[in-house]
Amino acid sequence: MGEGTGDSTGEMLRRVGGDTPLLEVRHVTKRFGSFTANDSVSLKIMPGEIHALLGENGAGKSTLVKIIYGSLQPNSGGIFWKGRPVTVGSPAEARALGVGMVFQHFSLFEAMTVAENIALALPNCRATGELSDTIARVSANYGLPLDPNAHIADLSVGERQRVEIVRCLLQNPELIIMDEPTSVLTPQEADQLFVTLRRLAAEGCAILYISHRLEEVRALCHHATIMRRAKVVAETDPARETVNTLAQLMVGNEITRVVRERGKLGPEAILLKGLTQVSQEAFGVSLKDIDLSVRAGEIVAIAGIAGNGQKELFDALSGEEPLEKEDMVIFAGEAAGLMDINERRLLGAAFVPEERLGHGAVPALKLSENVVLTRHGTGEGIARRGFTRFGKAGRIVETVTSLFDVRKGVLDPEARSLSGGNLQKFVVGREVERTPKILIVAQPTWGVDAGAAAVIRQSLIDLSRKGAAILVISQDLDEIFEIADRIAVISRGHLSKAEDADTLTPEKVGLLMAGGAEKKGAAAA
Amino acid sequence: MLEAIILTIITAATPLLLAATGELVVEKSGVLNLGVEGMMVMGAVAGFAVTISTGSPLLGIVGGAIAGMLVSLIFAFVTLTLVANQVASGLALTLFGLGLSGLMGESFVGQPGIKLQSLHVPGLTDLPFVGKILFGQDLLVYLSFAAVFGVSWFLNRTRAGLILRAVGDNHTSAHALGYSVIGVRYLAVIFGGAMAGLGGAYLSVAYTPLWVENMTAGRGWIALALVVFASWIPWRAAIGAYLFGAVTVLQLHTQALGIGFPSQFLAMLPYLATVIVLVAISGNRRATLFNTPSSLGKSFVPDR
Ligand SMILES: Nc1ncnc2c1ncn2[C@@H]1O[C@H](COP(=O)(O)OP(=O)(O)OP(=O)(O)O)[C@@H](O)[C@H]1O
Ligand SMILES: [Mg+2]
Repeated sequence: MGEGTGDSTGEMLRRVGGDTPLLEVRHVTKRFGSFTANDSVSLKIMPGEIHALLGENGAGKSTLVKIIYGSLQPNSGGIFWKGRPVTVGSPAEARALGVGMVFQHFSLFEAMTVAENIALALPNCRATGELSDTIARVSANYGLPLDPNAHIADLSVGERQRVEIVRCLLQNPELIIMDEPTSVLTPQEADQLFVTLRRLAAEGCAILYISHRLEEVRALCHHATIMRRAKVVAETDPARETVNTLAQLMVGNEITRVVRERGKLGPEAILLKGLTQVSQEAFGVSLKDIDLSVRAGEIVAIAGIAGNGQKELFDALSGEEPLEKEDMVIFAGEAAGLMDINERRLLGAAFVPEERLGHGAVPALKLSENVVLTRHGTGEGIARRGFTRFGKAGRIVETVTSLFDVRKGVLDPEARSLSGGNLQKFVVGREVERTPKILIVAQPTWGVDAGAAAVIRQSLIDLSRKGAAILVISQDLDEIFEIADRIAVISRGHLSKAEDADTLTPEKVGLLMAGGAEKKGAAAA
Repeated sequence: MLEAIILTIITAATPLLLAATGELVVEKSGVLNLGVEGMMVMGAVAGFAVTISTGSPLLGIVGGAIAGMLVSLIFAFVTLTLVANQVASGLALTLFGLGLSGLMGESFVGQPGIKLQSLHVPGLTDLPFVGKILFGQDLLVYLSFAAVFGVSWFLNRTRAGLILRAVGDNHTSAHALGYSVIGVRYLAVIFGGAMAGLGGAYLSVAYTPLWVENMTAGRGWIALALVVFASWIPWRAAIGAYLFGAVTVLQLHTQALGIGFPSQFLAMLPYLATVIVLVAISGNRRATLFNTPSSLGKSFVPDR
């Protein structure tokens, strides 16, 4: 079923849809101040078509879909729905037409339960027991299991992504817009999602699909529109391209390959001894007797399906949740279990949390102010005698943005105005630029394009080879095998022994991850 | 004696409870209206004026509510449509209400009002002790309890309540799901205005049927504080209002008995007791966090 060859696809589309596009975007232009994010962009989507929208970070993809969904208004150009011109003045109007959207930066209500979040998106629906049953059943069917009574605030980004997707699918839209839905899903979850999407498409639903994972685009999508620097630069049938030719169309040049050579190992820099933490949260995962050591000069990756204790482990390592005993976490030989995050930073540690907008960066603050937030207490002289030296912070922004090619409209923009991938490059770059001795990073390349992902991964390898100990928490097995020297798997709060990456295969790790998940599902049922 | 004390506690607590329940709904929608005092005092003067010009305390109460709504509408227009700062606008609203009510009420000072009738159910009201307390109150007392239950039910059981909480939790997401953030907030602010107006009218029509300038005497501020200390849960606001009323009344009695406490200390007690008890019952920090409306006080301007 993965073979979307040109002929069968065309045939299918003719059968379901006729010749009128479900949605047509004609010459849409959108400016933010003097910066043009969409420059005369045109796009056609037929009913039943899975249409990929590709482009490097900051190309303008999210901007375009927000215009279609009515969250943004274009400066010029028109939108046609089933051949008729429409103005989509607000998301409410888009939803009335039958457009559903999965946002890149989630639009969930943190203080509410999963069921309440979903009820809000469905017409005339309340968060009753009946709805909870439906959610549990339907989400399991989609392969994206959800606990209807969990609060969003307690969920990892992977689980939040599941909520967003399930919520959108339950609305039965005619056009589903998905802005990077799989970047924090596991391969198994993504495969399940594709089965669902193919079924919906066969029933005549159109899907506009944004992703940086070109393999899945090739397998899933019937047609691709490619953007670069605010313009449409190509249209193609992705099944006839290779990952490399697609990437070239997007970025304009070849992607450099990540090189990893064995480095010299130094002393143990991160040491976890019997790290045990009972979760205080109703739906949290308790950490059970975790042992791990990471030596200077190596990268250890922790693989696992979202919601198996990654968030709790990160919080324990960063000091957001104080631990019971101070020697459960040892950084550079010092017992750090009772220290707060700044004391840990002073030991040379740096942290990149998985949720970049809200946790990793304050949306309404400028980038330079966000630099101050994580680096004021690191002895670099950014804050001195109670005064902040913004000049210095500004220079750091400059270095980070040029090293990691962060695309921005103005010199020092607010964090929320960056595109998702560019913000990700910034939050990782901000910590890497400090050359910390210890780096703990969750989902380092969430939503960055292939070119930028290579840059980030290479920077992590280079940092470790310069003598840093790096712990990467990620769901992306390709990424893990590209950068990790050793790999451990987390499952329901247990961490497996970290083994040499060369002795493991993605299949083996995938099985370890899924094995835990299966048992978990059985326990929940 | 005890009966009399309980009766005064009820009258002291009712205006607080009415205003606090209204403000609770406003804040749950993400709007911080610090003008409760101003809306209450406008309700008080309008309630009194309508009562003596029509001769009907019932119409007076309606007039008080309408006055509260009208001033709250000014606040809503300024903060929601013109996107002015909510804190500053709320403070201005209080000053405006106090000034305007003084001006409007000048001719009423010293005039006797008409008191709102209490309920009388033959048989029941004449029961010893509980009769008067349970079946002999005026309309607004019953209404204040109905409001607590009604608001509780509305927020937790109805779809409209869910939407209101969603708007208060994350207005950007609510907008993205197609809800009218501004529309919901207008309705909430107007409801809060009506309730504050009722609380004010209670003072000038039921509590002491008189008009004196500044007659709310800070009750609006106490209602505001109650909402926060009750962590936005209606029944806790009710406990807070009654506790505050009770300690106020009791300390007055103690002062009258002439026990050797400094009167300033006694006057402080209601505030202290209310804060301590409400903080104690909201022990669960996580639950409190989930009840706190995250967009409280933040203006909403949709991206364009
Ligand atoms: N509200 C805004 N104000 C100013 N500039 C903005 C705003 N929103 C987006 N931009 C700019 O527009 C450009 C395109 O952003 P957009 O989010 O559409 O990129 P994208 O293609 O979705 O990238 P990504 O793959 O990283 O998500 C970016 O350079 C971004 O900085
Ligand atoms: Mg984007």
